[in-house]
Amino acid sequence: MRLRLNINGETREADGVWEGESLLYVLRERLGFPGSKNACEQGECGSCSVYLDGVLVCSCLVLAGQAEGREVVTVEGIAEGEELHPVQRAFVEAGGVQCGFCTPGLIVATHDLLGRNPDPTDAEIREALAGNLCRCTGYEKILDAVRLAAERMS
Amino acid sequence: MEFHSPDSWREALEVKAAQPEAVAIFGGTDVMVDLNFDRERPGAVLDLTRVPELGEWGEGDGRLRVGAGVTYTRIISELGSELPGLAMASRTVGSPQIRNRGTVGGNLGTASPAGDALPPLYVSDAEVELASTNGTRRVPVVEFITGPKRNAMRPDELIAAFHIPRAEGPQQYAKIGTRNAMVIAVCAFGLALRPERKRVGACLGSAAPTPVRAREAEEFIESVLDWDSRGEIGDTELRRFGELVGEAASPISDVRGTAAYRTHAVGVLARRTLGWAWDEYRRGE
Ligand SMILES: Cc1cc2nc3c(=O)[nH]c(=O)nc-3n(C[C@H](O)[C@H](O)[C@H](O)COP(=O)(O)OP(=O)(O)OC[C@H]3O[C@@H](n4cnc5c(N)ncnc54)[C@H](O)[C@@H]3O)c2cc1C
Ligand code: FES
Ligand code: FES
Repeated sequence: MRLRLNINGETREADGVWEGESLLYVLRERLGFPGSKNACEQGECGSCSVYLDGVLVCSCLVLAGQAEGREVVTVEGIAEGEELHPVQRAFVEAGGVQCGFCTPGLIVATHDLLGRNPDPTDAEIREALAGNLCRCTGYEKILDAVRLAAERMS
Repeated sequence: MEFHSPDSWREALEVKAAQPEAVAIFGGTDVMVDLNFDRERPGAVLDLTRVPELGEWGEGDGRLRVGAGVTYTRIISELGSELPGLAMASRTVGSPQIRNRGTVGGNLGTASPAGDALPPLYVSDAEVELASTNGTRRVPVVEFITGPKRNAMRPDELIAAFHIPRAEGPQQYAKIGTRNAMVIAVCAFGLALRPERKRVGACLGSAAPTPVRAREAEEFIESVLDWDSRGEIGDTELRRFGELVGEAASPISDVRGTAAYRTHAVGVLARRTLGWAWDEYRRGE
């Protein structure tokens, strides 16, 4: 089938989409947005997190056709222009990135958190990022990064 | 694979009537896992996310009708005071990403013994509204869930909503898992106090092939609670309540926990949640 959706502010079309594939697959394999990572395909790791009509979701759990005509924002759409978004900069500076595989999902999830709650407590940060797994950092630096981003954005 | 994405309920029911084998999908948090892992390859998929009615809820004569497509996130933010037990259970589901997509309708459709939305529906005697092109019917949730991953929905039917009374008193939900997020319950327990009727609803999750009401435990504690003067519950009574809840379990042993652990743990949850709910009642909240 043919799919038409808005990604990071631009209309995109994909042809020959199989009805059973996920939005994640469409993004990565058909439309050239490899920022969202594919690690588990079962909603467990959060590395595929994107906004769907402004709501944080795992794109591996969205059926392609469910995104028809909808607005998707991926990690590629978080920054404006060439400058890193403050959330991205904070992750780099605080050492929240090691292998980087989990990073795109965490950036989008942190962006979502700070949009709703600009000054989160540690407990709220942990709760908001509970669906994003990282196998490298041990999470401490990620928490530092979120706190740093919150500070700078407020 | 055929893909249908009707934007009206009428049309959705017509698709289901014409193709009863079509698999409904809402949040996709169960369906997509099966598709991604090739556990299922349905001939047709019926997307319900464009049917506006499914995302609506409303209230009439003290009962709420909540559309099958209301997500956990919305239950927490919009229905926390009307349905505190269900909101507590919703908070334990998955992660923000899962709660933003997953629905109670999907939890009913999956009918897992570990479904976190189910015990709160059981303790409030909720009803499931099923619809087909032939009309609608309401089925009490205890009759709707017929076995592990089995329910009473006919192939031409869809879940429209559930009907549930607004909380009549304190409610609780507690769940045991290896971490505070993203866990399928080892066991869980839902509780509702209905002080005006002097009734208690108690339901075990993940401790039997389906959620189960602990009727003996309910009757026992209803008779010993000091409803009018709101006196403390004795330790012996609390313990007995926990034991009777444990006796209602018929758990299995699996990777998440042994049968013996589940029986013990669900009794502990019962005792604790009753203590919390009763304290809330005593404080007059
Ligand atoms: C990472 C992860 C964590 C999870 N954690 C939990 C948890 O902690 N607790 C828990 O209980 N569950 C959990 N789940 C399971 C799942 O999120 C829930 O069962 C959820 O309620 C499913 O809702 P959904 O809208 O996503 O359903 P879908 O996947 O869209 O559908 C589920 C089933 O219901 C049917 N269905 C859906 N809507 C309708 C309708 N209106 N009419 C008829 N049939 C319908 C579908 O055909 C399918 O059989 C988790 C899942 C994932 C991936
Ligand atoms: S790939 Fe989607 S949650 Fe892991
Ligand atoms: S940095 Fe490697 S998984 Fe998080």
